[in-house]
Amino acid sequence: MDHHPMNWGRPRNDMADPYGTYPIPQRPMNTQTFEDSVQHTQQPIVTGASVLAIKYANGVMLAADNLASYGSLARFKDVKRVIQVGSSTIVGASGDMSDFQYLQRELDELVIDEITHSDGHNLGAKEIHEYLSNLLYARRSKINPLWNSLLVGGCSPEGKRFLAYVDLLGTTYSASTLATGYGAYIAQPLLRKAVEGREDTLTEAEAVKILEDSLKVLYYRDARSLNKYQIAKVTAQGVEISDSKSQDTTWGFAEGIRGYGAQTQ
Amino acid sequence: MTSIGTGYDLSASTYSPDGRIFQVEYANKAVENSGTAIGLRVKDGIVFAVEKLVHSKLLVPGANRRIMTVDRHVGLATAGFLADGRTIATRARDESAGYRQTYLTPPPLKTLADRLGLYVQAYTLYSSVRPFGISTILGSVDKDGPQLYVIEPSGVFFGYHGAAVGKGRQLAKTELEKIDLANISTRQAVKEAARIIYLVHDDAKEKEFELEMSWIGDESNGLHQPVPKDLFDEAEKAAKESLENFE
Repeated sequence: MDHHPMNWGRPRNDMADPYGTYPIPQRPMNTQTFEDSVQHTQQPIVTGASVLAIKYANGVMLAADNLASYGSLARFKDVKRVIQVGSSTIVGASGDMSDFQYLQRELDELVIDEITHSDGHNLGAKEIHEYLSNLLYARRSKINPLWNSLLVGGCSPEGKRFLAYVDLLGTTYSASTLATGYGAYIAQPLLRKAVEGREDTLTEAEAVKILEDSLKVLYYRDARSLNKYQIAKVTAQGVEISDSKSQDTTWGFAEGIRGYGAQTQ
Repeated sequence: MTSIGTGYDLSASTYSPDGRIFQVEYANKAVENSGTAIGLRVKDGIVFAVEKLVHSKLLVPGANRRIMTVDRHVGLATAGFLADGRTIATRARDESAGYRQTYLTPPPLKTLADRLGLYVQAYTLYSSVRPFGISTILGSVDKDGPQLYVIEPSGVFFGYHGAAVGKGRQLAKTELEKIDLANISTRQAVKEAARIIYLVHDDAKEKEFELEMSWIGDESNGLHQPVPKDLFDEAEKAAKESLENFE
């Protein structure tokens, strides 16, 4: 019998020989008992939709709404999907929100580890993006992915901008405009048209306008979006994440759409 | 020590007939040979200062730090064996990270001190290990405000308003008692700390030392950070001047 406390209350595993001396006995011995029924995430549950990001003259700007959906149900309307990591990085997440919360904890631990070294070095956006891509790729290789698409934006104190994408497969790419989710189809062309070639001249006000216009289009066309969003910017001076805001929208046209408004026939 | 050589000091797991554990007392001796470290708990934060004895001119200035960061809001300073100090810092970081993982909140310093106290005490129980040759000053500004604890080689820990360990602790304690710790700011405390370290340094025995100072408080946004260079230089200069006036 195995009397080790680590194994109390666990189902017995008669496949393992507790008296075996080869290979070197390991505790707890029942680790493999549930192997057949271990389940990995096979679909996201509570999800966030698009994240948009652009480079502009002073740095990088990122936008996401505050909605976390449960399927098609708008379940949570106060979720912050853009976070600050370290002193010069912002991360925006779409996909599974519980996986994103896990990622936030991992990143927080990473940042604290870096602080405790006290060697004068900081983690910049480039390093955090690399870390995330390694983490996400390692998890997909265990066939247990963290179900997210992330945008990482950063700006060094010297003003060097960084913007890159990483997703649940560990795929990465970089561009001066990026969008995740439905935004990659709806907003990305709008962002490209507005930004490409003007990355170094766009003012902050213009950048906000571009993102807000794209968010509005998404709100009109994407049923998993919400007219309540935050805009985050990272510049040489540091990170600023706005409070939640919303825009005026017009739905008068809906009256004329068959099957939408209050129509008799 | 009266009972030296009677065999009761060979193991930390053996009491002497009069109920002492000599290995723990020897560990205290290791602390007493070390450069002084002090911690001040004041109105709006914590200040650490260390007299780091420099045994060789060949060392890079700023090497072998004895003040270490445990978490965003937690720092520690050690007196005794530097290598043991690093071990305790590593353990403190692990405990802090573990607490965060379990409770999703920054650890209160009392909890960290408690866990580290247990860790240090475990090294007084077995003949196969030696007790820690350090006293650790732990400081933090947590949800209950500024906190300061000292962990001794035996594993006991107490909370303090002002703490001093190492060679010059007696004089440093006398000086700390003269300060109105509960009512001064961290900025003033930095100057007092520098003054005390310069005061307790014994020029006759050790020539060279480096002053090390850090703080946690409103001015550092609640983070454990080295004292900014301008304030550090100002405090060090004032400390040297007060010493000349004193003599």
